Amino acid sequence: MSIKVAGVSKNFGDFAALTDVSVDIPSGSLTALLGPSGGGKSTLLRVIAGLEQPDSGVVQIDGVDATVLPPQRRGVGFVFQHYAAFKHMTVERNVAFGLSIRHKPKAEIRERVRELLELVHLEQFAHRYPSQLSGGQRQRMALARALAVEPKVLLLDEPFGALDAQVRKELRAWLRRLHDKVHVTTVFVTHDQEEAMEVADEIVVMADGVVKQVGSPDELYERPSSDFVMSFLGPVTRIGGELVRPHDIELFDEPEAGARPATVSRVTRLGFEVRVDLDIDGEEAWAQVTRGTAEHLALEQGKQIFIRPQHTRTSVAASSAPRSTS
Amino acid sequence: MSPPASNDLSAGGGGTLAVPPLTGGPRIGGGRTARRGLSGRFVVGPTLTGGFVVLFLSVVVLIPLAVLVYKSTGSGWAGFWHQVHSPFAWSALKLTVVMSLLVALINLVMGTAIAWLLVRDRMPGRQFLDTIIDLPFALPTIVAGVTLILLFGPTSPIGINLAYARSGVLLALLFVSLPFVVRTVQPVLLELDRDMEEAAASLGASQFTIFRRIILPTIAPAMAAGTTLAFARALSEFGSTVLISGNLPGKTQVAAVFIYGKIQEDSVTGAAAVSTVLLAVSLVVLVLLNVIQLWVARRD
Repeated sequence: MSIKVAGVSKNFGDFAALTDVSVDIPSGSLTALLGPSGGGKSTLLRVIAGLEQPDSGVVQIDGVDATVLPPQRRGVGFVFQHYAAFKHMTVERNVAFGLSIRHKPKAEIRERVRELLELVHLEQFAHRYPSQLSGGQRQRMALARALAVEPKVLLLDEPFGALDAQVRKELRAWLRRLHDKVHVTTVFVTHDQEEAMEVADEIVVMADGVVKQVGSPDELYERPSSDFVMSFLGPVTRIGGELVRPHDIELFDEPEAGARPATVSRVTRLGFEVRVDLDIDGEEAWAQVTRGTAEHLALEQGKQIFIRPQHTRTSVAASSAPRSTS
Repeated sequence: MSPPASNDLSAGGGGTLAVPPLTGGPRIGGGRTARRGLSGRFVVGPTLTGGFVVLFLSVVVLIPLAVLVYKSTGSGWAGFWHQVHSPFAWSALKLTVVMSLLVALINLVMGTAIAWLLVRDRMPGRQFLDTIIDLPFALPTIVAGVTLILLFGPTSPIGINLAYARSGVLLALLFVSLPFVVRTVQPVLLELDRDMEEAAASLGASQFTIFRRIILPTIAPAMAAGTTLAFARALSEFGSTVLISGNLPGKTQVAAVFIYGKIQEDSVTGAAAVSTVLLAVSLVVLVLLNVIQLWVARRD
């Protein structure tokens, strides 16, 4: 089920959380709202869920105007950063909550809960209380709870934000696989570009309450529409005033066409990759090369080399105007 | 100084220099253990500390209570029963227990409502209300009694006379027991995870369902604990009821006042017997409170 947000603005006192935001989220997609904290992405998610009322603008879910609908009637599943587990209920009853308040037959609820717990790999924890689960398990329970009512859209607010790095990584891959299985239109908020790139089909980059750019992970990485998007989505360095990805810099030990001289100020080996800090006419920059290249060029501190950026943002920006909405 | 050097000094044993950096960490840990010791695990001299505590409790609490029970049964169980079952004693006890139950129930509802108002409502004067809730704690109960007799006594400026009536007793007990439910429920409401309510709403729960299935079960242990405390307080109340009730034996006299009267009459056995009943009821209430706490502990 698709989601359409058109011209949504939301202020909290003097603070403009969202300013004229328009986004289209196609049915069945897995979309990330990516941006720095305070950029408005959580507010947008809460507006879609009906947990916040926009000051102006329209929210459509599955073609129906949902702007004034209460959260109860939007058919959204919402997953919170801090799980929002019902602490006084067992895992089983947490997951069953949405069904039991709809007075579904007991047998049907039991069957559905069993299926869902299997889906999130919590079968053996059905009778535990949330306090007896780890963070990752709690979040999977929250996800099963949200899916139980067969929502039209699934909204996740920084779902892995409270988990440690290892669990985060596992759950990311797991969410991706789950979406491939369940196919519910899913939107998740994250400030972690790696998470967004790894999990999402489509990324909406937000900052300062506006949409900066929308596109697939590749599009955003290869053709960022602004310095902000480029630097938010991956490592950048600046050469001659232009932003460039450190791995898009060619290094030579002889002068080449379009290459400029630079001095190696430091070589750091990080396993397979090698970080080369450079001094270009007093300006600092860095390049990322493979171990092979570093050995081939015999890079070491103080060595005089020549560098040539392959792509810079300004040379490609024209091809990717912000595609925020249609 | 490099870490190995300081280790060397401490290994040498004589180094006072090495003591501060090395004990810095452990001392913090030690402090923590000592604090934890208060809740039952004593680290320093368990026998000694334990002995003092038992002695203290004995002198202050256990021995006086034992004497009370002993005195009440001084003329055998039949004598005890006779004292408790004398018309005025029995009606004082009945009045006290029934009134306390009533007060506890009213507090359960009103205290929760007030706590809700204090936490969730943005009404003006909330801060002021929050401050005066504790007044019955701070106020000497006899002052509460004077206040009530001035407002609701025979010379009531508003024309409502509750003196010498059971409703006056009820009012006095309500006054002094007001803070208990409010102050136990309020912090739990404050810490209530609002995300839970939003999650329930997004799952389709109405405001009423959210209250009944999410909020109420979460605050229920606090409500129960507060109600129990309010009940215990009402059970033992003396000062606030002594004026407005008029102490009509068999009608408005509460147990505590009855006991006082018995002592005045030099009837120690009678006083001790009724006291023992109050003690027993209090004990039951305390056990109840502990059961509630165990229930909460199991869940969290």
